[in-house]
Amino acid sequence: MMTATIEPEVGKARRRKEDARLITGRTRWTDNIVLPGMLHMAILRSPVAHARITSIDTSQARGMSGVEAVVTGADIAEAQGSLPCAWPITDDMKSPPAPSLAVHTVKFAGEAVAAVVARSKAEAQDALEAIEVDYAELPVVLDMAEAVADGARLTHEDLGTNASATWKFDSAEAGTGGDVEQAIADGEVVVHRTFRQQRLIPAFMEPRSVVVDPTGEQLTMWSATQIPHILRLMLAMTLGVAEHKIRVIAPDVGGGFGGKLQVTPEEVIAFLVARKLGKPVKYTETRSESLQAAHHGRDQIQKLTMAARRDGTITGLKVELLADMGAYLRLVTPGVPILGAFMFNAIYKIPAYHFACTNVFTNKTPTDAYRGAGRPEATFAIERMMDELAVELGMEPLEVREKNWIKHEEFPYTTVSTLTYDSGNYEAATAKAKDLFGYDALRAEQAERRAKNDPVQLGIGISTFTEMCGLAPSRVLGSLSYGAGGWEHAAVRMLPTGKVEVVTGSSPHGQGHETAWSQIVADQLGVPFEDVEILHGDTQSSHKGMDTYGSRSLTVGAMAVLKAGHKVIDKARTIAAHMMECAPDDVEFEAGKFTVRGTDSSVGIQDVALAVFAAHDLPDGVEPSLDSEATFDPENFSFPHGTHLCATEVDTETGQVRIRSYVCVDDIGAVINPLIVEGQVHGGLAQGIAQALFEEAVHDESGTLTTGTLVDYLVPSAADLPSFTTGLTETRATSNELGVKGVGEAGTIASTPAVVNAVVDAVRHLGVADIEMPCTPMRVWQAIHGGAR
Amino acid sequence: MIPAAFDYTAPSTVEEAVGALAEAGEDAKVLGGGQSLLPVLRMRLAAPTTLIDLGKVAELRGVREDGGALVIGAMTTHYDVQRDPLVQQHAALLARATDTVADPQVRHRGTFGGSIAHADPAGDLLAPALAMDTEMVIAGQGGRRTVAAADFFVDYFTTALEPDELLVEVRVPKHTGWHAHYEKFNRVAQAWSIVAVAATVRVEGTSIAEARVGLTNMAATPVRAHAVENALVGAPATPEAIRAAAAHAAEGTSPTSDGNADADYRQHLARTLTGRAVTAAVSG
Ligand SMILES: Cc1cc2nc3c(=O)[nH]c(=O)nc-3n(C[C@H](O)[C@H](O)[C@H](O)COP(=O)(O)OP(=O)(O)OC[C@H]3O[C@@H](n4cnc5c(N)ncnc54)[C@H](O)[C@@H]3O)c2cc1C
Repeated sequence: MMTATIEPEVGKARRRKEDARLITGRTRWTDNIVLPGMLHMAILRSPVAHARITSIDTSQARGMSGVEAVVTGADIAEAQGSLPCAWPITDDMKSPPAPSLAVHTVKFAGEAVAAVVARSKAEAQDALEAIEVDYAELPVVLDMAEAVADGARLTHEDLGTNASATWKFDSAEAGTGGDVEQAIADGEVVVHRTFRQQRLIPAFMEPRSVVVDPTGEQLTMWSATQIPHILRLMLAMTLGVAEHKIRVIAPDVGGGFGGKLQVTPEEVIAFLVARKLGKPVKYTETRSESLQAAHHGRDQIQKLTMAARRDGTITGLKVELLADMGAYLRLVTPGVPILGAFMFNAIYKIPAYHFACTNVFTNKTPTDAYRGAGRPEATFAIERMMDELAVELGMEPLEVREKNWIKHEEFPYTTVSTLTYDSGNYEAATAKAKDLFGYDALRAEQAERRAKNDPVQLGIGISTFTEMCGLAPSRVLGSLSYGAGGWEHAAVRMLPTGKVEVVTGSSPHGQGHETAWSQIVADQLGVPFEDVEILHGDTQSSHKGMDTYGSRSLTVGAMAVLKAGHKVIDKARTIAAHMMECAPDDVEFEAGKFTVRGTDSSVGIQDVALAVFAAHDLPDGVEPSLDSEATFDPENFSFPHGTHLCATEVDTETGQVRIRSYVCVDDIGAVINPLIVEGQVHGGLAQGIAQALFEEAVHDESGTLTTGTLVDYLVPSAADLPSFTTGLTETRATSNELGVKGVGEAGTIASTPAVVNAVVDAVRHLGVADIEMPCTPMRVWQAIHGGAR
Repeated sequence: MIPAAFDYTAPSTVEEAVGALAEAGEDAKVLGGGQSLLPVLRMRLAAPTTLIDLGKVAELRGVREDGGALVIGAMTTHYDVQRDPLVQQHAALLARATDTVADPQVRHRGTFGGSIAHADPAGDLLAPALAMDTEMVIAGQGGRRTVAAADFFVDYFTTALEPDELLVEVRVPKHTGWHAHYEKFNRVAQAWSIVAVAATVRVEGTSIAEARVGLTNMAATPVRAHAVENALVGAPATPEAIRAAAAHAAEGTSPTSDGNADADYRQHLARTLTGRAVTAAVSG
């Protein structure tokens, strides 16, 4: 028989197998689920940011057509417990109990105050309007700097302070570097800057939705969540329900960006109400509720001091942050800025480093993870600082970077903030990006436009970023006081016909796991791509998992799959050897076939599967199954990096910014599916550019969100973005067998500073040193004309 | 979100519609393309008892000529206005402005009359309607009346229409052979105007013989930039002369401030965009 050469799956730009159903919507979104006798829930939300609830009158609503129940915070005060926060960053962190339904006070506009359950969605909505709530308004805390000043008004009276915790790292204390104050005192050049990371809204496409079915032995919750496994555990722990009596299913989920890495008040309320009524209940938020009440992201004030020598060598970096928690600490809220602590030193060799962050309570929607979580903030600040240092020194910004970055021959390299970067090649990525960008020609055009005072000025922005991905080594998480580990689990099962079921503890919500995992397993087991099915997101079929966030699915989740696959092959080898009457050591496995070394005697792994099923003739002591499970706990993070270059045209007459070209060269290690990588990069860039130019959650002086619809919260569309030029260099990660690093957040982390650097660069010669994000036309115009106006 | 419950009726003539409106009383609302009304209902910012859907009133659709004017039925969709040959020929400004309204989906449902009646100060069709001296034909219980655009737009979302009246059609004086441009300024594609300028000019030889300039979102109602028009008449069609005239664009305006633009910046934009609009018009 001829052996067909099988083209490897890994590296193929396959279209994603899940896309047809996701794009057409012919699939099971949570909101599509209809159960017999299902009721609909609607939530009344506080219109004010801080108030005592003096009375709630639900009597009229209770009597309305179709209404089955009206629930207030007082009704479930005991049962609801406190929403969980899994990341107590310090021993003395202040974390007030966080109710799902407000009991006596409301702490942010949009907080849930009452819930109506009715036979139809319309009836539930009608009844909401009949609930009368009296609020005695209290002074609001909105500004972080004011909040931590003496005599500030308080978000939570009983805490006596708005500061939740202060977390510090100091290289002199840690023994990883020198004393930053000394470095600053000795600095030939010292640059001080303060940046504002505006508050953002994740704005995932599918609003959050939950269905709870309390009938039967287990209570089943379907939720549009990123974290079905963590959610089950947290429901059990916070509501005091036995874990094995809860099943959580994340069906197809339409985006998350960290916004669905949460245990939400709405999930808890639906859970409690359904259980109380003994009937299935569905809740799907409106877009306005989603923008207002789902957790927000970013929102920091970053004060940086950088010391350097005249030749451009950085000698010290000091970072002081205020991070807005909003009104309560949600699942990982306090840890988000702390993740950034490891990233301010970025790709640079910084001999002295100090980081301090104070987490602050305000009367705003809680913040939490949002694509990049802590790392985009840090990357923005350091990449902006590199440009500022270059200006201060009169050096070319790429040259300052190169002077300070870790050279490719210096890896592995342990940074001042204690991480060990396993691999990287900043020189290669930068050279390729410069080339694709036409760097020198654009610099020449910039000079020309400046010289002739062109109303449209050109700017060039650089971001040579890295990030820590693959959250995370459990030991590291433990040392940071995180409440859980960072492993991932998988199972690989060969069915009797040789088809393969893979169970992953990762929980995709748009990333394309089904395709990528199938490619990996098809190559590993030597079976056709079509013969592999990926199961996920249901705690009944996938009993163990740590879910999807922090660019961890491939680096941790797929590694668990690979590990389970190895076990399957090992076992199949024993059986194949038995079938071919030789020793297992004499059997080679390649492209799905076991061959007796040096002979043409062979048996396919899919045939072994059938023999295992029949179990007529297995070696002694071998169980008749070809299933394996594995849990992978990474030993290190992975460190994708890249060089992003952006050219912007700034219309100095109106302040309008147009991105003329955007080039990125990312090094994400080995590439499983280039098309998925391209998609992740494009989406990531769009999101990072959105922070630079378009998006901002704005509150008025009473604490009301004034960007509460998509008319005001400007999520850009394809029409607002340039055509991206993307490229890759491949420096394989050494910390995992696949050599992968993760690509889910790269574009978002890298692009924001590239764009803002380009905007500032375009008008720097007009006396502009910084422009606050988002760089709206008005801000840009005011920056240019500020003095003269 | 789900609107509060309402009654629904779909008359097939203007007469029936006027009757239905009178019968349903104060709390009735006319439904045009629904692109502005439905969001308001879904957010429960309004809860009319009855919706009178004009979608089946055939006589309200289409564009026809009537002597020196075009007559555009209130229910003519943006999409139909955009590609109508009569509009292209005699009211290019309206076609150009309509091109910038929202996205194709909205343009297929939203109507010219609905935009005019809704009177959103950021709406893109109000300034062209004002600049071209259009007239609104209104039907009520007592018959029809005509109101000039200058008197029609009263305040934010407020027009000369009484609650029991319908906008039937808009009469647009022909601007045959006039050049036109609508300069819209916004932050993302398909968004409402922060400021926009509607300009249409008649060029004779190398100079501007007549000019009409309207401003979007510079006040509670659309604004006519008379000072600019006056400065343009007889001026050479050069960038310098146009810029000098455009410097008058913000005169007498006191625009609002919001997150996108404060009043100063709006006034600056009005001047800059007027220069651009007129320059584009003369060279277009
Ligand atoms: C996403 C989106 C983006 C948009 N962007 C823009 C934009 O960039 N620029 C822009 O100009 N517009 C924009 N619009 C609005 C759009 O142009 C609408 O079509 C217009 O505002 C209203 O027209 P309509 O036919 O849909 O009216 P409807 O929504 O049906 O009605 C609007 C109001 O007018 C009244 N009304 C309607 N017809 C009549 C009539 N014949 N007589 C009396 N009263 C009447 C209604 O009672 C209601 O009060 C946008 C809309 C959407 C949904």
